[in-house]
Amino acid sequence: MRMSAHRLESGGRIDRGRPLAFAFDGRRYEGFAGDTLASALLANGVRILGRSFKLHRPRGILGAWGEEPNAIVQIGTGETTVPNLKATQVELAEALEARSVNCWPSARSDVFAFLKMFGPLMPAGFYYKTFKWPSWHWFEPTVRRAAGLGVAPTGADPDRYEERHEHCDVLVVGAGPAGLAAALAATRAGARTVLADDRPVLGGALQWEEKTVDERPALEWVGEVEGELRAASNARVLTRTTAFGCYDHHLVALAERFGEQTARPIRERLWHVRAEQVVLATGAIERQLVFPDNDVPGVMLASAARNYAVQYAVRPGRRAVLVTSTDSGYDAAESLKPRGIAIEAIVDTRMDPGEVAARARRAGFAVRAGYVPVRVHGTRAVRAIDIQPLAETLRAHSTGSLLRLECDLVCVSGGWTPSVHLFSQARGQLRYDAERAAFVPGSGPKGFQCAGSAAGQFALRECLTDGFAAGRKAAKATGARSDAGISPIAAPERTAVAPFWAAPRHDHRKAWVDLQNDVTRADLELAARENLRSVEHVKRYTTTGMAVDQGKTSNMNALGILSDLTKTPIPQIGTTTFRPPYDPVTLGTLAARHVGPLYRPLRRTPLDSQHSDQGACFEDFGGWRRAAWYTSHGQSREECIRAEKRAARGAVSLFDGSPLGKIEVRGPDAAVFLNRMYCNSMKTLPVGRVRYGIMLSEHGVILDDGVCLRLAEDHFLVSTTSGGADRIFSGFEEWLQCEWPDLRVLATNVTCAWGNIAIAGPRARELLSLLSTDVDLDPKAFPHLSVRCGRLENVPARIARVGFTGELSFEINVAAGYTAALWERLLERGAPLGVRPIGIEALQDLRTEKGYLHVGTDTDGRTLPTDIGMGEALAKKSEDFVGRRSLERAEAKRPDRLQLVGLSADDPGTVLPVGAHVVADPKARLGSQGYVTSSCMSEALGRTVALGLVQGGRSRHGESVAIYCNGRLWPAHIVSPQWYDPKGERLNA
Amino acid sequence: MLRISCPWCGPRDEPEFRWGGEVPVLRPGPPEAVSDSAWAQYLFVRDNPKGWVRERWVHAFGCRQWLIVVRNTVTHEIRATARLTEPLPEVTP
Repeated sequence: MRMSAHRLESGGRIDRGRPLAFAFDGRRYEGFAGDTLASALLANGVRILGRSFKLHRPRGILGAWGEEPNAIVQIGTGETTVPNLKATQVELAEALEARSVNCWPSARSDVFAFLKMFGPLMPAGFYYKTFKWPSWHWFEPTVRRAAGLGVAPTGADPDRYEERHEHCDVLVVGAGPAGLAAALAATRAGARTVLADDRPVLGGALQWEEKTVDERPALEWVGEVEGELRAASNARVLTRTTAFGCYDHHLVALAERFGEQTARPIRERLWHVRAEQVVLATGAIERQLVFPDNDVPGVMLASAARNYAVQYAVRPGRRAVLVTSTDSGYDAAESLKPRGIAIEAIVDTRMDPGEVAARARRAGFAVRAGYVPVRVHGTRAVRAIDIQPLAETLRAHSTGSLLRLECDLVCVSGGWTPSVHLFSQARGQLRYDAERAAFVPGSGPKGFQCAGSAAGQFALRECLTDGFAAGRKAAKATGARSDAGISPIAAPERTAVAPFWAAPRHDHRKAWVDLQNDVTRADLELAARENLRSVEHVKRYTTTGMAVDQGKTSNMNALGILSDLTKTPIPQIGTTTFRPPYDPVTLGTLAARHVGPLYRPLRRTPLDSQHSDQGACFEDFGGWRRAAWYTSHGQSREECIRAEKRAARGAVSLFDGSPLGKIEVRGPDAAVFLNRMYCNSMKTLPVGRVRYGIMLSEHGVILDDGVCLRLAEDHFLVSTTSGGADRIFSGFEEWLQCEWPDLRVLATNVTCAWGNIAIAGPRARELLSLLSTDVDLDPKAFPHLSVRCGRLENVPARIARVGFTGELSFEINVAAGYTAALWERLLERGAPLGVRPIGIEALQDLRTEKGYLHVGTDTDGRTLPTDIGMGEALAKKSEDFVGRRSLERAEAKRPDRLQLVGLSADDPGTVLPVGAHVVADPKARLGSQGYVTSSCMSEALGRTVALGLVQGGRSRHGESVAIYCNGRLWPAHIVSPQWYDPKGERLNA
Repeated sequence: MLRISCPWCGPRDEPEFRWGGEVPVLRPGPPEAVSDSAWAQYLFVRDNPKGWVRERWVHAFGCRQWLIVVRNTVTHEIRATARLTEPLPEVTP
């Protein structure tokens, strides 16, 4: 196979025996297992990976991991595509398809590139100032297309995501030297330890820093530690796992990825880790240097260049100039030179870098101390860099002592920013450390420690000892008592840094602060000139530090520049708030298994398969999968529902009422308790009888309705609406436990323990008498609104003479497991009688024509019992009940309250639309006096019927009104809501 | 996400619980002796302090018992939990 010119002949932790073919922007390339997409593209000589957000300037790779601001790609196609990934974090896989974003047709040749000519016209706040007339929404679609990132998947994600809960003693985040040392100490001490790292391999920077630990190559040490941790029964090692959020009470959220391989059982996994102690060994991120044209492809973080050369055996350039304000920047020169990358010069912005420069000069490097970069030559790739002594640069437009250095790679090292994101999310306080030119962790929340470079300890020696000590301390705090042994050690290093927030302004050239959002130093200057003082405001005005990289390489520079501009010390400027996620997380991971049918699993009644067999059309009613109606051969939906209604009025019908709430209330004080819960009296209910009742909130508003059955002196069965069972039962518990603990009452929700079949119709008794039962069905012995416990077909049953249709009806409760057999027997025996199952649709029409209200449909969040005609029942009751005092307010007694009435369209064929308003002034179509709540065609009455809530409606029966909806008016009359069988003769049959 | 120590079941995650508001809230009565303002006070007016607050929670997806939680509304720290049958814990700022 042909070796790419940019790939080193040997070395690197890539598997040269496993070549992988992939595509970027439609072109085919080859890389190796162990590559990232970024390293593979660099190895193939691809330098332009994206276009900048606003101005579409060509952009290359700056970093090597999550800090990358430029190389944003879209992976895959169709339903499984993932937008806005950083190429530096994408593991190369066979047949990987990647595309650049925010450009068309490709990053190489982008038609929007002309936008960069308008750069001077697009300063900070450009959108706010420009697109405000007539309205932002007028411009939004175009702007979004020109300045955007990836695209959403085309359909529902077919992949599987999981979530797991984990409890541990010590969670160590980050498996660099500090994290490995911490995990080692905690595990050896005997603590249950979880170590999580977002990279595919452990070791962090040890993968490319070529250092020694305990006097042997660092990677050997990493391998040993990994082996020990993986073998330990009290440790769990998670790679490819990003800790992205710290939440209250030591909850840390992790996102585990399973790579881009095709055969994966799950794609990503969300971990909820509850850790007693957390050690944050999250490392530090190198900063970009701010100087003119520092965004040209070929300008790269020194640590990234080193990472590519050592770990991936990729030459990011042939001739490099290293620009640094730190000692650690020099290390890159030492790694690059032996790999065939010529070091043209080391440019140190410090006047006197001291020993580190002397040593570099001894090693043969050309060191230019006290120089600053003033421009970069080249637009699509670096060709050269101009540097100048700092004193000259301070004189604007001076070309004195200008030095041009030919190169194709500029390595920059602007110091290190500890990754304190998680620490800060956990409410840890940050402290500005002037010596390190960075915010470091200050006083922390209980149980949180930062270790290693996350704590500002940038040398390996301190990372190891600091990490080990943190792990030991954390384990001890959880009670672990074993001996952790001694800490690994490494040689001392120099890590001095002098802050260099930006090269002095020299000419008109743009110096880029935030590459991802195209924010320049001039934008920050504008924000300061316009008197934006709070760093939070500056962030939002200029967009610095936003989007997928969240300013990991740029925030600190922005703060330093702001500090200079506003003459305010950095600690007083402070940082913007760190919020989760640390790194973007897919929605699939956050949703985990809670999607599709598992999002909110529908509850099924014991008759679910019977309904299916009978051709039911199911719908979701209050979380239950219920039969809306039953299909019949060759009949339309309307015809089916009409036939069901005819069966109920003319013969006999069966309805599955199993979801009806059933709460058993027992105890010596059961009657007293229920008397307080219902607004009408329940104390006076005789044993064996049933009463319709209404429950209120303390605001007096109707909460629920249903029948209450008294089975014994101290035993009631409360029936609630299907959607109200859980709510009402929870309310019972709250009142009993919190307000009236003296009442000797036990309430139990038995909704799912009992099935419920309602037999309704003039032939209901006839059907029931075809079954064997010891209950006397004679109307004199078993009148309307009574309940009998007995046996039906030799099965214990509770039979009540109640219903929701207005016909002679029996509601039968049997144990859930017997319900299906009973249903089938009733259908079989009832066939000669014309029995028919009816669904919710038919039932709704039957109850509407009977004038039975449905709570939540015919009542709203203001309806009081007096508004629906319960005034008399209330007046008879002397005791207190929930909501009673609220009914005494003046508001509750206003005569013009919305009250339940019937609404009769003058044209008996007009079905008044639900939601249509009763208008006070039909000519102007103004002034709502109420609205239609239920409406249907009544099969029994041969005309349409409707219910509604109308101002003062109960005293307006007979009045003519106009109903208005969507530009149409209908004449109608207010009538009694009892349309069908107002005397209740059929009910009492 | 809070971790609440149920006095009956031990430490459990917040999604198992439901919040029930500040305590104590005394229900005034009998209704005919309660003024409109006293009733409104009971229904709507709460201290809502910045700092320590006593509130009641129910372990809805557990033992279904109501309990008292002493929680800091600034730091979300939970200092104590107690059964309803125990004396109400004191709160001092």
